Amino acid sequence: MQPSIASRDYAPQTADVPVLALSGITKSFPGVKALDGVSLELFPGQVTALIGENGAGKSTIVKTLTGIYQPDAGEIRVAGKPVRFASAQDAARAGITAIHQETVLFDELTVAENIFIGHAPRGRFGMIDWAEMRRRARDILARIDAELDPDTPLRDLGIASKHLVAIARALSVDARVVVMDEPTAALSHKEIEELYELVDRLKSEGRAILFISHKFDEIFRIADRYTVFRDGAHVGSGLMADVDEADLVRMMVGRDVDQIFPDRVKSPGEEVLKVVGYAHPTEFDDIGFSLRRGEILGVYGLVGAGRSEVMQALFGITRPSKGAVKIDGAIKVIRSPADAVANGIVYVPEDRGKQGAVIGMPIFQNVTLPSLSQTSHRGFLRLAEEFALARRYTERLDLRAAALDQDVGNLSGGNQQKVVIAKWLATQPKVIILDEPTKGIDIGSKAAVHAFMAELAAEGLAVIMVSSEIPEVLGMSDRVIVMREGLIAAELEGDALTPETLVRHAAGIGEDRP
Amino acid sequence: MKRLLTSRETMLSGAILLLLALTASRFPGFIAPANLVAVFTDTSPLLILALGQTVVILTRCIDLSVAANLALSGMVCAMLNAAMPGIPVALILALAVLLGAVMGAINGALVWKLAIPPIVVTLGTMTIYRGIIFLISDGAWVNAHEMSAAFTGLPRARILGLPVLAWFGIASALLIWLMVTRTPLGRAFYAVGGNPHAAVYTGIDVGRTQFWAFTISGALAGLAGYLWVARYSVAYVDIAGGFELEVVAACVIGGISIAGGAGTILGTILGALFLGIIKNALPVVDVSPFWQMAISGAAIIIAVTLNTRSARAKGRIILRRAQAAQTEGAPA
Amino acid sequence: MSDMTARHLPDRLQSPAARLLQSWELLLLGLAIAIFIANSLASPYFLNAWNLSDATFNFTEKAMIAFAMALLIIAGEIDLSVAAIIALVSTAMGAAAAAGAGTPLLVLIGLGTGLACGAFNGLLVTRLGLPSIVVTIGTMSLFRGVSFIILGDGAYRSYPPEFAYFGQGYVGWVISFEFVLFGLCALAYYVLLHRTNFGRSVFAIGNNATAAQFSGIRVGRVKFMLFLLTGLMSGVAAICLTSRLGSTRPSIASGWELEVVTMVVLGGVSILGGSGSIPGVVIAAFVMGLVTFGLGLLNVPGIVMSIFIGLMLISVIAVPRLWRMWRG
Repeated sequence: MQPSIASRDYAPQTADVPVLALSGITKSFPGVKALDGVSLELFPGQVTALIGENGAGKSTIVKTLTGIYQPDAGEIRVAGKPVRFASAQDAARAGITAIHQETVLFDELTVAENIFIGHAPRGRFGMIDWAEMRRRARDILARIDAELDPDTPLRDLGIASKHLVAIARALSVDARVVVMDEPTAALSHKEIEELYELVDRLKSEGRAILFISHKFDEIFRIADRYTVFRDGAHVGSGLMADVDEADLVRMMVGRDVDQIFPDRVKSPGEEVLKVVGYAHPTEFDDIGFSLRRGEILGVYGLVGAGRSEVMQALFGITRPSKGAVKIDGAIKVIRSPADAVANGIVYVPEDRGKQGAVIGMPIFQNVTLPSLSQTSHRGFLRLAEEFALARRYTERLDLRAAALDQDVGNLSGGNQQKVVIAKWLATQPKVIILDEPTKGIDIGSKAAVHAFMAELAAEGLAVIMVSSEIPEVLGMSDRVIVMREGLIAAELEGDALTPETLVRHAAGIGEDRP
Repeated sequence: MKRLLTSRETMLSGAILLLLALTASRFPGFIAPANLVAVFTDTSPLLILALGQTVVILTRCIDLSVAANLALSGMVCAMLNAAMPGIPVALILALAVLLGAVMGAINGALVWKLAIPPIVVTLGTMTIYRGIIFLISDGAWVNAHEMSAAFTGLPRARILGLPVLAWFGIASALLIWLMVTRTPLGRAFYAVGGNPHAAVYTGIDVGRTQFWAFTISGALAGLAGYLWVARYSVAYVDIAGGFELEVVAACVIGGISIAGGAGTILGTILGALFLGIIKNALPVVDVSPFWQMAISGAAIIIAVTLNTRSARAKGRIILRRAQAAQTEGAPA
Repeated sequence: MSDMTARHLPDRLQSPAARLLQSWELLLLGLAIAIFIANSLASPYFLNAWNLSDATFNFTEKAMIAFAMALLIIAGEIDLSVAAIIALVSTAMGAAAAAGAGTPLLVLIGLGTGLACGAFNGLLVTRLGLPSIVVTIGTMSLFRGVSFIILGDGAYRSYPPEFAYFGQGYVGWVISFEFVLFGLCALAYYVLLHRTNFGRSVFAIGNNATAAQFSGIRVGRVKFMLFLLTGLMSGVAAICLTSRLGSTRPSIASGWELEVVTMVVLGGVSILGGSGSIPGVVIAAFVMGLVTFGLGLLNVPGIVMSIFIGLMLISVIAVPRLWRMWRG
């Protein structure tokens, strides 16, 4: 270990006494009980995987044990002593640190400051000791093999480097507990391997690690123990050695699941969309594909492969620098989403809260927003027609809501997604692009979205589905485009469409890099 | 190196030098040391307020009440001096700072505890503070002959050739610079404005940080209040009317991002000096002082255009060749 | 999924009447009535048709700008240059009048200058993507600054006699032309904001500009239109004010921008965008006018009245929040 990060003698060092124990933790938000009497124990020198579906309460427990949320009830014990965290600084002082899912960093501050903000070394008169801070930052960065200058402003760094800064930040306090919330979600294959090495090193130093991940292969690769949450409740914990993947899935969803995808009769019609030589200066290049009526085209790739960027260009959000789009055989220029909608291309974005639903507006107004010309008369609103149109499509999607004038912000994620889809169906599009359509929604809504996509295709709509979930891609698509680093790596169909081929092309395994 | 050359501060310094050169070509006396001291002294109240405003804007807020705060603090000082000439000026000065800080703290508390948008809070307190001046003074002026010599003399007294007013400007700039670069609170201003969401994760209380920003801005406005009234030897309801927008202008020209979290104290100093030099240069080059307003308006628009241009997101860089191009272009 | 038993969704959770009962507008109306009664009790001169008619001039011009400003603020932008636009418009008209232009031409010049100023703001905000608060602080200095360059400490006074009608004329009895214009503008903006597709997109943009853009709304175009409208209404207000005063100085209407914003916020428009109503702004205009007028009758100076306006501005947001904190 580097001398700069002083190592405390953690007593007790025995592996079967938890260094951090939460019990009976309850946390409610208006309308939701996010956590209901859950417990969680972390042991020194061991990795505990926290497993659960989206909405199971994983983020809430992370925020509770890092002091961002204060629990309504329950007890937190650090090394056996009960504690209360009023803020993130309290938790940091107790040796609990986290690499959060969101980037919790500051673009305008330097690398060193980002690592130490909140606990910067102080010199005379309580002033920040910049020299000492730089020196310590350099040590920590060297420890994780990150070649970064502590004085670089963070805004000059790329995403992977920012992630290293986040890790360095977590290591800047002498942590006895390190929380990693989906740390590999934005990383490349090589960076993930480096992260695993880091986890091993932290383990060998006797630190307890809470590792949150949706990827079972990595859970089985690095975790020693598991804890499973479902719907805000604790459903089980134990040693990884005693369980297999099926056991964990059963605990997560409360029953045996083979994800079942709707049976589809594949009968693609004539070509409706053709993209030729699509390019953008920094995001993608040489993109070409075609799409037929009644077809579902999967677009697979790692996060950051340029899939959403291509789709947003098709939808008129960004402008491509080259290439052409043909709709029903005619070349169309799409300069804005309004143009795209007019040409029958609609887009259900991945970021529902920011780009999909207009939170703060009622359901019916969300649905009719792009179709106002249909429901209005010479630019004047006609509420009765708006309600009728909104009802037609929301009921078709089995929207769960109290009334059509309810704010979409009060709906669950799955139901918000239904509102966004209803909004687009009301425009009677030719092509619907769904970007990660089932991300962050519960398993019931997921099946409903899948069934609905199949139904739309059967009715002759052309569907593009961007997805990072292999079962979903395999289960729903007629054809799949795999993207890597802004380029199309492969177009797969029929027997060539297997989990292995998808992963190989997405990661570029077995190919020579230019 | 490239970054240094294209930085806002360098460009602004260039603009200031150009401005001085142009003025000097018409009227060489303008850049005589004595005149430059006079210009700096004249700019000091603007500088002091702009320093406070900078701190507030860094935290993603805005303080429109600074000029009213200045006027009220100044009026209290003037009336106190008129009523009780025996009170030492140092005490009056301390009182002005304290009173200003309290007014700032009221703004801050409303923003922090009640989460009222800062523009609404300070729009409201701006009219309230102005109104209070009328209530306490009955609309009357406090004139030079009612003030003590010590009271009016302090800003003009010279130490090492510089008027005390200028020293206050320099001291405030140094103090605020030290604070924002060297103290945890100062760095928290950047964190809160740059990414309030992330600030919570690092244990920084966003509301409390904003509260302190308003309090500091208020204290500086209080200080400027005494200095203003003493320097001009007069206090009345409308002094520094509309000055709050000139203060915001100095910050914007200095490159303080209105979206919060970005900008430097050096930028603010240069922004204030830029406006101060224009104001003082126009009469000597025979341009009607009525041009000043339009010029500072144009300067604000140009400055914010340049700011936004340089800060515009360049989009994601996914393609390998684009990544390679970026690495080549990046400073080593 | 169509074979699933679809659940019937009602249109509304609450009837429109129930909503009205809980609305900010109703509370504000109550306040207006209370002030009206208090004023009638406090001063015997208050309940006089001519006095009341005179009182409307306190707010009609500002309110006309406030309607357009309300839309702009609902859409998440702001225009602090409105008073400066008045100065520039008034100066342009004054110069034209001095050169012998007739009343119709003056009106055209007034509206045209207002539109041009609005277009300038709109272009800077929507084309260059600059924050509107900074842009309009800049144009506020620029527009009024141009006025100062042209006029210095002089004034234009030579307006044609017919021009006086806009600010001094009466349609009948005590009903002034300005008051009628105010009423028509209120109606027009009510329809525009609450009854048209355009108004709906204004709300959508204010709630979430990105999602609005992703829903096919031309966000930039709508915002540009709103800046144009604000410029136009400033032009209209400038015509009325110049006509009423009969003269133009560069300091005309100084400080109005903040009074207009206050009126809009008092009317229940969220300064953060996304919500608000024209009836609220109308009532707020009356409240501000009544306070000014009533206190004026009691010989309370204008500056003290501004304390009340400032307190109202803060308390309309603070009181409900304090109430909630105290109860919960």
